[in-house]
Amino acid sequence: MRGTCVRGLLGPQNRHLWFWIFIGPFVLGLTLFTYVPLAWSVYLSFFDAHNTVSPTDFVGLDNYAAMLGDDAFTDSLVTFLVFTAFIVPATYALSLSLALMVNRLRWAQAFFRSVFFLPVACSYVVAALIWKMSIFNGVRFGLANTVLDWFGADQIAWLSTTDPPWYWLVIVTVRLWLQAGFYMVLFLAGLQRISPRLYEAAAVDGARPGWQVFRHITFPQLRATSVAVVLLLVINAFQAFDEFYNLLSDSRGYPPYARPPLVYLYYTALGQGQNLGLGSAGAVILALIIAVVTVVQARWFGLGRKDD
Amino acid sequence: MSMSRRRLLGAGGGLALTGALAAACGSNTGRDGDDHAGQPVIKQWYHQYGEPGTEQAVRRYADAFEKANVQVQWRPGNYDQQTAAALLTKSGPDVFEVNGPTLDQIQGGQVVDLTDLLSEAKDDFNPAVLAPKTYQGKVWAVPQVIDTQLLYYRKSMLKASGVEPPRSLDALIDAAKELTTKDVKGLFLGNDGGPGVLGGTPLNAAGLTLVTEDGKVGFDDPAAARTLGKLRQLYAEKSLLLGAPSDWSDPAALTQGLTAMQWSGLWALPQVKKALGDDFGVLPFPQDGAHGAPAVPVGAYGAAVSARAQDKAVAKAYVKWLWVERTDYQEDFALRYGFHIPARISLATKAAKLRQGAAGEAVRFVTDHGHAEPLLWTSASRTAYQDALSRIIKGGADPDGELRSVVRKTEAELRRVKKKS
Repeated sequence: MRGTCVRGLLGPQNRHLWFWIFIGPFVLGLTLFTYVPLAWSVYLSFFDAHNTVSPTDFVGLDNYAAMLGDDAFTDSLVTFLVFTAFIVPATYALSLSLALMVNRLRWAQAFFRSVFFLPVACSYVVAALIWKMSIFNGVRFGLANTVLDWFGADQIAWLSTTDPPWYWLVIVTVRLWLQAGFYMVLFLAGLQRISPRLYEAAAVDGARPGWQVFRHITFPQLRATSVAVVLLLVINAFQAFDEFYNLLSDSRGYPPYARPPLVYLYYTALGQGQNLGLGSAGAVILALIIAVVTVVQARWFGLGRKDD
Repeated sequence: MSMSRRRLLGAGGGLALTGALAAACGSNTGRDGDDHAGQPVIKQWYHQYGEPGTEQAVRRYADAFEKANVQVQWRPGNYDQQTAAALLTKSGPDVFEVNGPTLDQIQGGQVVDLTDLLSEAKDDFNPAVLAPKTYQGKVWAVPQVIDTQLLYYRKSMLKASGVEPPRSLDALIDAAKELTTKDVKGLFLGNDGGPGVLGGTPLNAAGLTLVTEDGKVGFDDPAAARTLGKLRQLYAEKSLLLGAPSDWSDPAALTQGLTAMQWSGLWALPQVKKALGDDFGVLPFPQDGAHGAPAVPVGAYGAAVSARAQDKAVAKAYVKWLWVERTDYQEDFALRYGFHIPARISLATKAAKLRQGAAGEAVRFVTDHGHAEPLLWTSASRTAYQDALSRIIKGGADPDGELRSVVRKTEAELRRVKKKS
């Protein structure tokens, strides 16, 4: 009987055994470090959990009500929307343009592909500090202000001015620099999947190279890649933390503007307040928003339909 | 020579085993000798001080403690958040310095009552910094050193512009405007324009407090909106330096000539003196209104014992030995590396370095005009207040409306913490 059980567990030719040897450690890690903390966070969200992860005071939906009624949290969601409105189209346009340029190169294509891809390897923290301290600092010897000075313009405190909100320029450009190369590679892969016969047929039909071919052949053929890129960009925008935190925070905290949801939740749950119940409720709300937006967007673009 | 996968794994396994044996034999203690072998271990955490020599000093003190093996951890980065998170786990420190502890940490039972450590020495600790470490008559951390913040100004720049050192908030606003040129700004209150570092100081200068002694909101008063509204003027008139490479805690903006006046810490005084010689003076934050008074914030890192400490008795004995009995170490720690005021009044009054010039004035400001953040001023209240101050200064938001919302938030926080007590 025992032998039968073991044989059943191992499966024919030990396939089950090898499956679990290879997959088991990852399943274990995923469970321990992702699913258990996730479930624990949902549990904490229903308790008054100041400075504790094993609370006893059940408060029901109070934390959810408090978070949804908190102006700072709703403001952080608006920050995310503004950031998304800037970064998604900008990254999309830049990475597609780079991909089109690199794809047309007859020589040194690998070199330029690497050059544009290299910033992806740079840490968000390092890039944010370079942007903050040397390019966009607010004094006369910052790179951006030096250039302005050549044209006789006044110095700008890029990260400290809210009217006009120059900090958006800093935040968007650092992320553009860091991520455009990655999406360029995705577009390059998409471009290389397009059959040359389509272009030949278009040429035979008299289509002019350039905008006309791009509009009627290239762009429609990149539809699947475009949907994936936009989905990834939106999810990444929701998860924005590193560059915001390193550009705008100081030892005393974070200004109320340009504070995305994750930064706000970080201060709520892990800052000196250590309100882990409230922070967890915010995390659950944010996760639900991301899930709903992703599903709606996927449906809207028709991701997963048979014709894709 | 080629190496097969089996030999490579064997060699790797051998190295791992050697490492494990070495660790098990205690070779990796980070110490030169083994004077403390077999003794209880105390993990002690410090935040990263900027002054050279401080780390070596605290390791030297730890080595001199004979009853335990004290392992010092010098922790760069966001220290307050690191300790707050570590106190939830068993791997946190036994003894740690803390810019608090916060009321939530005390009420959450995360720190140990240290009242008995002070005994007869209690009266010798500066009451301004002992008060925020005291809750319901019990002391929850032993103050180590006192820090304060001051308004530094360049005498030569003020003289060249015919500006007197400002003694009122209105005079400060006028002076900052007068001192601003194309390359030099009048005043530096931090890269955020002031909300972060100033905190409750402008309210103190208007004769108000964050939380009253009987536990009520201390700034529900028209004077608060008036004073905070004036800070907007500094920003609107472009008199503030913003976006400097280093923030308010570093005196570089003043010493490099980017600003004529800067709000910074007492710790910056030696650096300022070295760079500017006698070409500088210090002032408290100037008063505002008929009921106002000059103000400086005071605070103190204190030594606390975690409620999860393995051996609380030994940890408490160590804190008593280091910060109550060894006054020579306290004086060394406060004055030899950086520049702080010792928490013990007897040490502060006899220290020669604190008697003359700007340092002497700073000590007087602390005594006459010092305000510590009340223990009841919680993190949530602080965030709401700083957000409001930022919106007033940078966005030109209505101070009355902003403060009404902060008062409501603070009242809710006060109700919450009182319910727990």
